[in-house]
Parts: sequence; C-alpha cells; structure tokens
Amino acid sequence: MNYFGDPTIWLPFVFAGLMGVSILIYVVLDGFDLGVGVLFPFADDEEKDRMIASIGPFWDANETWLVLAVGLLLVAFPSAHGAILTALYLPVAIMLIGLILRGVAFEFRAKAPAPHKHLWNNAFFAGSLMTSLSQGFMLGMYVMGLEWTLAHAAFGMLTAVFLTVGYSFIGATWVIHKTDEGLQRKAVDWAKGGIWGLVLGIGAISLATPFVSTRIFDKWFSWPEALYLSPLPILSALLVFWLWSMLRKMPFAGDKRSWLPFAAATALWVMAFAGMAYSFYPFVVPDQITIYEAASAPESLFIILIGTCIVLPTIMAYTVLSYTIFRGKATELRYD
Amino acid sequence: MSIIAKLVPGKAVYIMELETLLLSRIQFAANISFHILFPTITIALGWVLLFFKLRYNRTGEERWMEAYRFWVKIFALSFAMGVVSGITMSFQFGTNWPGFMETVGNIAGPLLAYEIMTAFFLEAVFLGIMLFGFSRVPNWVHTMATFLVAFGTMMSAFWIIVLNSWMHTPQGFEMIDGVAYATDWSAIIFNPSMPYRFAHMVLASFLTVSFLIAGVSAFRWLIGGRTEGVRVALRTAVFAAAVLIPVQIVLGDMHGLNTKEYQPAKVAAMEGHWETSGNVPLILFALPDDEARENRFEIGIPNLASFILTHTWDGEIKGLNEFVTEDGEVLHPRVAPVFWSFRVMVGTGLLMLLISWTASYMILRRKRGVEGLPKPMLYALVGMSFSGWLATLAGWYTTEIGRQPWLVQGVMTTKQAVADVPAPMVLSTLIAYLVVYALLLGAYIYVIFYLARKVSRGEEIGTRIAPTPNAGPKAVPAE
Ligand code: HDD
Ligand code: HEM
Ligand code: HEM
Repeated sequence: MNYFGDPTIWLPFVFAGLMGVSILIYVVLDGFDLGVGVLFPFADDEEKDRMIASIGPFWDANETWLVLAVGLLLVAFPSAHGAILTALYLPVAIMLIGLILRGVAFEFRAKAPAPHKHLWNNAFFAGSLMTSLSQGFMLGMYVMGLEWTLAHAAFGMLTAVFLTVGYSFIGATWVIHKTDEGLQRKAVDWAKGGIWGLVLGIGAISLATPFVSTRIFDKWFSWPEALYLSPLPILSALLVFWLWSMLRKMPFAGDKRSWLPFAAATALWVMAFAGMAYSFYPFVVPDQITIYEAASAPESLFIILIGTCIVLPTIMAYTVLSYTIFRGKATELRYD
Repeated sequence: MSIIAKLVPGKAVYIMELETLLLSRIQFAANISFHILFPTITIALGWVLLFFKLRYNRTGEERWMEAYRFWVKIFALSFAMGVVSGITMSFQFGTNWPGFMETVGNIAGPLLAYEIMTAFFLEAVFLGIMLFGFSRVPNWVHTMATFLVAFGTMMSAFWIIVLNSWMHTPQGFEMIDGVAYATDWSAIIFNPSMPYRFAHMVLASFLTVSFLIAGVSAFRWLIGGRTEGVRVALRTAVFAAAVLIPVQIVLGDMHGLNTKEYQPAKVAAMEGHWETSGNVPLILFALPDDEARENRFEIGIPNLASFILTHTWDGEIKGLNEFVTEDGEVLHPRVAPVFWSFRVMVGTGLLMLLISWTASYMILRRKRGVEGLPKPMLYALVGMSFSGWLATLAGWYTTEIGRQPWLVQGVMTTKQAVADVPAPMVLSTLIAYLVVYALLLGAYIYVIFYLARKVSRGEEIGTRIAPTPNAGPKAVPAE
C-alpha cells in the first residue's frame, strides 16, 4: 500500500479529485436538465412535451452524480461534510424539496388526469427553479467561506440568479441539439439570452474570490503563476465570443453541428470549474479545513478506491451506452 | 420553544438541545418512513416485471405483456418517488447527524460508497432503457435492462441493510480515541443480524407487492375490467402471497431469536416484560407505562412467550429492569411504541395469512379460477392493497425505536450524533417535508387507482411520457 508514497497524502488528493470530477459531471449533466425545467414557462404545451422527452431517459442517472459527489464528501471527508452541510442547512433543504418536486413531476404529468397536467408542469418548473437557485446560493456562500452575514447572503443571491441563468443556457444548448424547427429556433434565442448569466456568474466569482481571501489572491496574482494561469481566462473569453457568433447564425442548414453549442458550453463549465478548484485547493472547507485534515482513515479510503477503479469505468461505459441508445432528435417517449 | 425557554429559564439551553434532538429524530423518522415505502415496492416489483416479461418471451401470450405494461407504469412512478426521497436521505447524515459519520464514518463510508457505485448507477442508467428503450433496442437487451434494474434495487437494499444491521449488531472494528476503525470487513458485512434482516426485508417487499397487485387487480375486476391480464396478475399475486407469508413468519421468529441474543433490551420491550423471570406469558394486550415501570390492563397467554423465545415452557427471559444502571440511567427504549408496533406487524402478518390462504382456496376450489372469488373477498383484497406498507413500517419502528437510546448498539448514543442546528430551523424544514410528503402520498395513491379505472374503461393510458400527436412525423428518427 505504500508503493506510491505516503497514503495519507495521495489518498485524500485522489478522493478530492474524484469528488471534483463528480461535481463537474453533475453540473454539466443535471445542469442541462435543470435548465430545461427553468425554461419550461417559455414553451407551449406541445414543446413542453418534447423538452421532457429530450431529458426523460437521462435525468435519474444525471442526479445520481450528485449522490456520488455528496457520498464521496461524506465518506472521504466526514468532518467537512458535517461542517458544510450544517452551515448550508436551509438551502440544502430547499434544494431537496425542489429535487423532489421536479423528480416526481416527470411521472405525474404523464399519468395524472389531463386537467391536472398543468399543475405538474408548474411543479416541474418550480422544482427546477428551487434547485438551481439554491445550488447557486450555496456556491456563493461556499466561495464566501460559509459565513452567514448579510453581505455574503447578498452575494449568494447574486450567484443564485447567475447559476440559474447559466443552467438555462446549457439547457437551451441541449434543446438545440435534441429538437428541430420551431422549438430549436426558440432554443437558440434562449441560449443567446442565457449565455450572459454564465459570463456574469463566472465573472462575479472570479472577481470576488481573490478579494475574500488573500491566500487566493496570492495564488492568482503572483509571478510566474499568473502567466501559467492566463490561458484559462483568455480561452474562456474566446469561447464565449465564438459561441455568441455561432448562435447568431444557428440553426445551420441540414442541422449540421447542432451539438457544438452544447460542447462549447461544457468546455466553459470545465474551465470555470478548474479555476475554482485551483483557488480552493487544498481546502475543502474554505480557509478552515484542508482535505488532509478532513480525510477518513487510509484503510477505509483504500477499500473504496479499489471498488472505484473497477466500478467507475463501468459506470462511464453504460452511461455512454444509454446516451447512444437515445441519440438523435427527441421523439415521443413511449413505454413500448 | 422560546415560550418554554421563558417558563423554565434555568434549563433553557438544556431544553433547546433536547428539542433539536427530538425534532431531528422526528424529521429523520419522517424522511426514512416516506422513503422506505417506495423501495419496498420497487425491490420486488422489478423482479415481478422481469417475471411477466420472461413469461411473455416464452409463451408469446399477450396477457403477460398486458400485465407488464400496466405495472411498469406503477414501477416508474414508485421508482421516481424512491429516488427523490433517497437523495434527501443521503443529505440527512450531514445536515442532522454529523456525529454519526465522525464516529463511525470509517465503517459506514465504504458501505455507502459501494451502495452508490454498485447499485444506484446501475438502476438509474438501465431504468431509462427499461422504460423507454423497448422499441429502440433488441428484445434481449430490454429484458437484460429489466434484469439489471431489479438486480440493482436488490444490491442497494443489501448494502444499506448491511450498514443498518451493523448499527444493531456491530463487530469487526476497534475504537481509537472515540473513532471506529475497521479491522475485519467480512465480520462487518456478515454481522450477526444482517442475514435475518436482509431476508426479512426482501420478503416484506415481495409481500407488499403481492398485496398491492392483488388489491389493484381486484379493484379492476370489481369495476368490470375483466381482461386476461387482470386475471393472471390477480392469480399470480394471491398465490405468491400465500406461499411467502408462512416463510416470512418463520423468518420473523428466527430474527427475534437472534435479537434476543444480541439486543435483549429490545426483545424485552417488544414483549412488555419488566422483571427477569421464567414462565413468561405472551401478552396480547397491555398498556405499558414507562413512568410506573409496569403494564396496565394486561391480557396474555400463560408461558407462550417463554416457549417462543426459549423453546421451553418455563424458559427465563431478561426483563427491562436489567437495563437501568445503578444511578438510574435508562438504557432501554421507551416500551409502548416498541410493544405496539411489534403487535401491528405481527397482527398484519396473521391477517395476510388468513386472507391469502382463503383466497387461494377459493381460486383452487373446483378449479373455478378468479371467478371463484366472491365479492366480499374482492373487497377484502382491495382493502389489503397497502397492508404491506403498514407491516413494513411497523417492523422498522420496532427495530429502530427498539435500539434507542443507542444509535450504534453499545458504541454511541443518538444524542451524541445530533447536529447543533437551531431547533426552529429543524422545525421549519420538518413542516415543509411533511406537507410535501402528505401531498405526494395522496397523489401517488390517487394516480394508481386512477390508472386502474382508466385502463378498465378500455382507454389507452399514458403509454407515453410525451403524448404529442405531431411530434412523431416531425421528429427525425434516430440516425
Ligand atoms: C431496503 C431497502 C432500502 C433502505 C433501507 C434504504 N434504501 Fe434508499 N433506495 C433503495 C433501497 C433502500 C432502492 C430500492 O434502491 C431505491 C428506491 C427506488 C430507487 O430508485 O432506489 C433507493 C433510492 C435511494 C437513493 C437514490 C438513488 C438514485 O439516485 O438512483 C438514495 C440516495 C438512497 N436511496 C439513500 C438511502 C439512505 C441514505 C438510506 C438510509 C438511511 C436508505 N436509502 C434506505
Ligand atoms: C428503511 C427503513 C427504516 C425505517 C422505517 C427507519 C425508521 C427509523 C425511526 C422511526 C427512527 C427513530 C427512532 C427514534 O428516534 O425513536 C430511526 C432512527 C435512526 N435510523 Fe432508521 N429506519 C430505517 C432504516 C435505517 C437505515 C437503513 C439506516 C442507516 C443506514 C438508519 C439509520 C438511523 C439513524 C442514524 C437513526 C437515528 C436518528 C433517530 O434516532 O431518529 N435507519 N429510524
Ligand atoms: C407475523 C410474523 C412476524 C414476525 C414474528 C416478525 C418478526 C420480526 C422481528 C422480531 C423484527 C425485529 C427485528 C429486530 O430485532 O431488529 C421484525 C422486523 C421487521 N419486520 Fe417482521 N415479523 C413478522 C411479520 C412481518 C411482515 C408480514 C412484514 C412485512 C410485510 C414484516 C416486516 C418487517 C420489517 C420491514 C422489519 C424491520 C427490518 C428488520 O429488522 O428486519 N414482518 N420482524
């Protein structure tokens, strides 16, 4: 077990990495289906059905990445898990109720009597909105060091709105890929509006973090780190610019490259996330607990790691299988 | 709660702590009780669907597919309810019981991680294929997906019950500075109560589903939806219940003997038995009084409890008074809730035995088939639709309340684990959860019977999630 050096050093690092990857996969995958929910009020009844059809086979597995991320936090960094979740007690509860509402609305809207359908549509929208807003709020609070002051809560509200708009942006790019004609054109417009939420959100967090913590400030604005890091903001800016000019010309003839906006959105997400990860490392509770202090016993982590090495590739494989089976434009979803 | 703080100023802080603990317990109990309703259905219904599917593959008879098509909808609905309430569960540990993971995280952690990795993803990914992939993948892939979903729910039940059983009968670890470290994983996984609890729970799930299918099919039969699909579902469910219930009763008895060995305080509470003695009667009715430490209005059958628990008529059983320390600390649970929930479970079990055997006899008598069931029996079956939920909840209440004041038997108490979140905050989230749960439970039961009525009128029911007449032609087929 000591092949790679001291396991109390590399095991926490590996688990922090795994957790980061799960969170990233979660915000991209559940991000798009939450976004579709947030966009619901802008669509008419028939479009709503097609939007649901475009995420129906995926949402459950997408949400499981959240369970994995929280699970990894729980099992690998138990004391941090307690500290973070008790500090965020209320927004977590709001998120959970939101997740409950939207999750069951998928089923109920298709099975309840027709007059009730619009009720469940509303529940789907409300649940998606609650979830996105509370996740954005938690992000803001986390960046601010998990302290409840008025200013921090205000910043949290801001990131809540930005993340929600950001989710609806990636949701719109998903709809562009999975639908056609009128709905697709509508989705292009949504994406053009939503991209600003993302830009403002990334901007706000990038500006705020260095000023909250001198540690983070030093990490970004000292020589030569600043040089190595410069591709991150520059590439992001180029991506936004490219996305914007592409969206203005969409949809392309013959529906070519309809997947590009989604891919570009994902790339933006990845870069924003990489920046965050760099800022906060090695802390899991900002400026209070490092991953090394919070980690579980190496023996227990090792047991989990063995399983992870076998299981994670398998999960990836059948996730890809599922997306392959349900590729192409969303048609009506049938049980038979 | 501020009123209480004013009334007893000196004890305000103590009372606040207590209230956070009490409210957190109520909230946990509410959340897990709501959650377990749906796994109880999905664990077995997955296998039942696989059975319908395999019968159809084998015989090509439309009636099996008809049964499959109806029940897969109930499955999808239950599964969604199970997933979203389960996500709530996984956050609860952090928001309300941080002490739990800080103390036994080295053991609970890997078990939960294996549950997520081996079970949750399997179910979640293949569910999409099982529900919507029928016309997109070859038949054998669809059958395989159905199998994997059923297998996944069983795996997740296995891991979580390993953890839960370990909390009741912990072994294979050592305590260093108040933190548990694993020493023997196979001892942890195969802890003494796990096999009994897992088997008892899986059977509880199959019984719940049998009575649900029997009840809803009887309902359809009564309102005139007498199709072949209803007929096979009703027959299969009644027979399955009749076969499984005696097994469950025998297993329950073995489970109780195991508990007597490892958690004698719990068994004493189930029996309402205060003073250690032999010749213990089986108490049928009593009002256990925790303050006076005795039973009131006791009616019992002489010596039967001794016989059941020790297999001799005068066997000695430890009483609750053994579990009070010198300085008066009570190390046994409150008696009344354990005593009564145990009786509700056993009572429901006996009722299940009575009804399923009578109904099977009526179906088999002179080969009359389902026509042999008279109206009162059909009504009785409809009434029993959710009896499995009742027994399952009562069983878990016996088990879990019976473990108090311990959270992990002999290792840590529930009080040591609770988060210090302000009580009003816990109260507000508790109320929010309760409102949501009440509404959803109502909607769930309503929709099941709504679908049953609709399909009995011969209408096609939501076979599609997206009933969009013009999406089909417009949409580009899968490339
Ligand atoms: C005996 C069975 C059993 C028990 C006691 C529990 N669960 Fe459960 N759980 C299941 C059986 C199950 C299941 C059958 O596997 C579910 C229900 C429907 C489903 O989708 O999976 C599920 C779903 C489910 C999910 C959603 C999985 C997903 O995203 O697909 C989570 C996060 C949990 N559970 C977590 C818990 C926790 C933290 C529990 C205890 C404190 C718990 N469950 C008790
Ligand atoms: C699925 C069926 C289950 C039901 C219906 C159930 C029910 C309950 C109830 C009613 C309590 C409260 C007891 C009391 O406070 O008097 C409780 C406590 C608890 N249970 Fe369970 N339980 C279940 C499974 C589990 C599992 C699988 C775990 C863990 C892996 C678990 C962990 C706990 C914990 C941590 C507590 C302490 C909190 C408390 O006392 O309320 N339970 N449970
Ligand atoms: C009628 C005879 C039955 C007997 C003698 C019996 C016995 C028991 C005992 C002794 C326990 C407590 C285990 C512990 O100490 O923790 C228990 C728990 C439980 N029972 Fe039963 N039971 C019976 C019927 C049923 C039925 C019909 C169901 C459901 C359909 C059911 C579902 C449960 C569940 C879910 C639990 C909690 C999980 C566990 O600890 O296994 N039981 N049962």
